[in-house]
Amino acid sequence: MQQTIKATQIKEFPLFEGQQTYERITEQITSIPMERHPLPWTIMFGLGFIGAFALLMALVYLVAVGLGIWGINQPVAWGFAIINFVWWIGIGHAGTLISAILLLLRQTWRMSINRFAEAMTIFAVMCAGIFPLFHTGRPWVAYWLFPIPNWLAMWPQFRSPLEWDVWAVSTYFTVSVLFWYMGLIPDLAKMRDRAKTHLQRVVNGIFSLGWRNSAIHWMRWEQAYLLLAGLSTPLVLSVHSIVSLDFAISIVPGWHVTIFPPYFVAGAIFSGFAMVLTLVIPFRVLYPKLQEYITMNHIDWMAKVMLATGWIVFYGYLCEMFFGWYSGNQFEQFLVVNRFFGPYWLAYWALIFCNGIVPQLLWSPKIRQNLLVLFIISIIVNIGMWFERFVIVVMSLHRDFLTSAWGMYTPTISDWWLYLGTIGFFVMMMFVFARFIPMLAVAELKELWYKLYHGHNGHGGTPVHEPKPTAPAPQGGGQ
Amino acid sequence: MAHVETGPKLYGLLAEFETPEQLLEAARRTRDAGYRKFDCYTPFPIHGLTAAMGVKEAKVPWTVFIMGLLGAIGAFSLQAWTSAVDYPLNIGGRDLISWPYFVPITFEGMVLAAAFGAFFGTHIYNRMLAYYHPVFNVPQFARASTDRFFVCIESKDPKFNRDEAYRFLQSLNPISIAEVPE
Repeated sequence: MQQTIKATQIKEFPLFEGQQTYERITEQITSIPMERHPLPWTIMFGLGFIGAFALLMALVYLVAVGLGIWGINQPVAWGFAIINFVWWIGIGHAGTLISAILLLLRQTWRMSINRFAEAMTIFAVMCAGIFPLFHTGRPWVAYWLFPIPNWLAMWPQFRSPLEWDVWAVSTYFTVSVLFWYMGLIPDLAKMRDRAKTHLQRVVNGIFSLGWRNSAIHWMRWEQAYLLLAGLSTPLVLSVHSIVSLDFAISIVPGWHVTIFPPYFVAGAIFSGFAMVLTLVIPFRVLYPKLQEYITMNHIDWMAKVMLATGWIVFYGYLCEMFFGWYSGNQFEQFLVVNRFFGPYWLAYWALIFCNGIVPQLLWSPKIRQNLLVLFIISIIVNIGMWFERFVIVVMSLHRDFLTSAWGMYTPTISDWWLYLGTIGFFVMMMFVFARFIPMLAVAELKELWYKLYHGHNGHGGTPVHEPKPTAPAPQGGGQ
Repeated sequence: MAHVETGPKLYGLLAEFETPEQLLEAARRTRDAGYRKFDCYTPFPIHGLTAAMGVKEAKVPWTVFIMGLLGAIGAFSLQAWTSAVDYPLNIGGRDLISWPYFVPITFEGMVLAAAFGAFFGTHIYNRMLAYYHPVFNVPQFARASTDRFFVCIESKDPKFNRDEAYRFLQSLNPISIAEVPE
């Protein structure tokens, strides 16, 4: 993980604001979970808790009554469950991109946002998992999806993309948690060493597994961390590719296209960065200490990544139109026209507006520096990416091959209830995370600070004192 | 001079430094002085430190590689065995071992096993979950996770002699030197 950074780059694009020391970086970040929390925290946690409780109620109602409470039917059997599943998984992907891919690409600015984004990944994947689990209709036999020997003598259908999905998403969740916890252990040890109460020391002590900052441990930790990044990178690409194969392996018009895997991955990164911005901007306001580490440069770069991936996604939309026309298949051609002018035209044009037009504002440096506008754009992109999945799922299904099988899909109140419930759960978990865990990767930030300012003499950094002669006399030493 | 130490057994001598550069120099000189059983403690990973200490190890990468290999073989064999041997199912006339369809899960199995190897391998080699360690007995050691850099020469080093080690550490100009009781 060596970087070669030119001194001019540091001056033009500072990754830290203000004069930092190792002590200050540690104190600023680890003090947040150890202090009383501001009132907005309580309010947001409360709202999230209400949402999470609503989610629980929605699931109880669903299990008690059955899938009939949702708007799904033939021909649209996928509806909200799959739209929301893909939406949440996509949001999660930015976390892995930031933590793994940007690490391998040696993008030092990731150090300020990786912990935060990885937490987002884990909670987003939790939300995502709920939908297919309950969409099976009988979640109590969901273990049939795993190769567990059972009295039916049946095995999962390994040739099905839906089964691949089970493996991809559960592997993704597990590896994300391991990667996140791996990075967290040294920081929990810092919390343990700085704890102000006995409880803080004991709890952080237990979860830091006895970490003692040994150089040999750090060496193994770094090796494992880099390898986990190397494993997560193809993993994250595989997960959304496999999600897209759920669609692409079928023969449904609009789904049976080879561009789906890369187009889904780009869309995932696009929506994930939007969600990171949606979360980071208010958290910076709520916890002003973070502003020294998540600077306006970080925000600017995230906005640029959003702009770039937005164009890849838009290219995907253009390709879909082209493929539809070029296929020479009347069903594919009909789908393209149906998207523009069919009964769900509003969803399609909302998608083009949110994902194609609004992000173009990010070309302007002024807008990339305006937090309020950026926050609104990020929410619009989140909405746009939700519409994208709506367009893919519902529009292809509601016009079946035979006109006699055409139908319409209208989400019911239970659909919305469950969806908003997962958002509540997500918000609650993010605020719980902020309450108990250092939000930024302290050890990595200190390492970055050392690399940036000590390799190039004379740009701030920790003041170097002469060693003080405070050594105790040798006890029992024979002089 | 006549004082006889009757306290707990000595684990080692711990010297405290203020900057990573001093620590790197100290680690190099400790190694050059012939000590082998010593460790450094730093608030963040310092590049080149283990090289200066003369430690070279690739246990974790090998564990990850072997686990990944086993994961891939395991996942593929599971799919092939269940689909072709234990419960053969004819799906659209495809081969029973239709290997291209087994690629995604083989890959996921590889990643899953390798990630477990990385995580648990690291912690097993590090003897994690050992919550007690003698170095924690030294009060200033709490700063090892914030802004201080330590070298600890352990008493189990064959060359270890308390006074010699003390004088040697003093020659490195540390902020403090402390005895680490076992």
